[in-house]
Amino acid sequence: MEFVSLLRNYQDRDIHQFTSQVTSNQIEKILHKNTISETDFLALLSPAAENSLETMARKAQQVTVQNFGRVIYLYTPLYLSNHCQNQCVYCGFNIKNRLRRRTLTVDEVEKEGRLIAKTGLRHILILTGEAKAKASVDYVAACVERLRGYFSSISIEIYALETNEYRTLIDSGVDGLTIYQEVFDPVIYDKVHIKGPKKDYLFRLDAPERACQAGMRTVNLGALLGLADWRSEVFSLALHARYLQDKYPGTEIGVSFPRIRPAQGQFQPQVIVSDKELVQMIMALRLFLPRVGVTISTREAADFRDNLIRLGVTKMSAGSCTEVGGRLDGEHNDGQFDISDTRSVEEMKMAIQKHGYQPVFKDWVTF
Amino acid sequence: MDVLKVGGQEVHNRLFLGTGKFSSDAQIPDVIKTSGVQVVTVALRRVDFENPQENMLNHISRDCILMPNTSGARTAEEAVKIARIARAAGCGNWVKIEVIKDNKYLLPDNYETLRATEILANEGFAVFPYMSPDLMVARQIRDAGAAAVMPLGSPIGSNRGLRTKEMVRILIEEIDIPIIVDAGIGKPSEAAEAMEMGAAAVLVNTAIAVADDPIGMAEAFSLAVRAGRIAFISGPGTVKPHAVASSPLTGFLRDGDGK
Repeated sequence: MEFVSLLRNYQDRDIHQFTSQVTSNQIEKILHKNTISETDFLALLSPAAENSLETMARKAQQVTVQNFGRVIYLYTPLYLSNHCQNQCVYCGFNIKNRLRRRTLTVDEVEKEGRLIAKTGLRHILILTGEAKAKASVDYVAACVERLRGYFSSISIEIYALETNEYRTLIDSGVDGLTIYQEVFDPVIYDKVHIKGPKKDYLFRLDAPERACQAGMRTVNLGALLGLADWRSEVFSLALHARYLQDKYPGTEIGVSFPRIRPAQGQFQPQVIVSDKELVQMIMALRLFLPRVGVTISTREAADFRDNLIRLGVTKMSAGSCTEVGGRLDGEHNDGQFDISDTRSVEEMKMAIQKHGYQPVFKDWVTF
Repeated sequence: MDVLKVGGQEVHNRLFLGTGKFSSDAQIPDVIKTSGVQVVTVALRRVDFENPQENMLNHISRDCILMPNTSGARTAEEAVKIARIARAAGCGNWVKIEVIKDNKYLLPDNYETLRATEILANEGFAVFPYMSPDLMVARQIRDAGAAAVMPLGSPIGSNRGLRTKEMVRILIEEIDIPIIVDAGIGKPSEAAEAMEMGAAAVLVNTAIAVADDPIGMAEAFSLAVRAGRIAFISGPGTVKPHAVASSPLTGFLRDGDGK
């Protein structure tokens, strides 16, 4: 079955009604199980499960340590271009926004890559907006080829591609894809993506699967929290992760929980997700999918991220900059989103060690 | 002196150590020292030769025998490339082949593992293939020139013990190169059990690395492996279905002339 059909079956369920009727007794029983079904998972997202957060956390921590060890993998983003044809209401690169548009030359990319490599990081995530005329697949491939000498793992977070385009990028040296559906609810998806190629819900939804088919080593999914009811969104996200994990066992599946924070003068989230709820969804996901990696970016504040180190997270960004060329000639508030945790790679390393975990800078090999 | 001769080396301590999952690589020297471990496996994917500060090889004593592994490889070709990188970087000629295409259960791909073994053994590597215990494949791996066969006890990191006991027992009986039980061993008693059966060595990572006290746990494993080995050499008594009385009922038949 294609993922979209599977998702539609679930989207017909009344998730609000189900989760509001879950009892503490049910949660207790679920937490004694070794494997968690999808219905159990949904129950763990319920308001009733909030009371069992500590038990969930202990179990989630144990499952994470057993599967991943006491380690946190580190990476940093490198923005290649902020040109974009899309009008997405929540994004700083929105075509309607007035900001300095820039696409780095391949030489500039190398220069910034060299600066990042000096921090010791060997994993990088390169990003663009969606403007094929400015940042084509060939351009991204040329950047990757240049960066290969500095990094042992290069992931992309760019517009959705066709399978053969993913293959082109894999051949150039890409081994990971991050692509967020942003919002799984198709009605809200259509509302927040006002114009541009990203408006095509299905093309975006199937992009991770096309990357798996092309032979991508790692695929990282995400729902942008704050656009719709988080329980339905996280449930859809987890189903997507499980679908891909079962169908493409050779690809490592991960998920991210990017959360829109209310900020002055910027897009206001429609739904506020509290710290407690964010912790609850990470714990529930860890118990449902023990082998799936969990990434927390610098959108979240430093002290909150530190507390998450022991709670099921496996990957974190460090020394981030969401502005094109920001490391080359300073930042001008033209980033894609605001960074809350501004710590350097060295500071992140020390924070992770302080919590009894090992920061890992390198976890793959360049051939 | 009981010595394991394998891959052109002499090994005195039959506990092999895996190095992933530690909360700090800085724990590794003490783990090695206290347990007396000699063979240490390291995922090449984690080694950064260009960054001396983050290079985990610095934490492994030069007296140890390094067994780089191909963790992360999904095909024989990737495993071969990783092995060659390790050797070119000065990590010696031992290699543990790990080819895993299944990210959910982390079970090895025996077919790809066999292919990688054939290629690397031909190139002069001492090849230690990690595999699902299967007699036919184990024979082919041996015939391809492997130094040892490394069947899993249960899935990696599961700490579930020697669930594949009967299959491993068959490999020990039938395969005339060392059988090293790798993965899934969660407790020292399980390591002892594998050794009592005649395993040549046991490789442990998760159970030591994620213990509250990895140094203490490594020592416990080392002692258990040694105890199991001595028991195997000493020839444990056979298991009988009933109690055997020390004054047997038919003892009188031996007392006289048996009439």
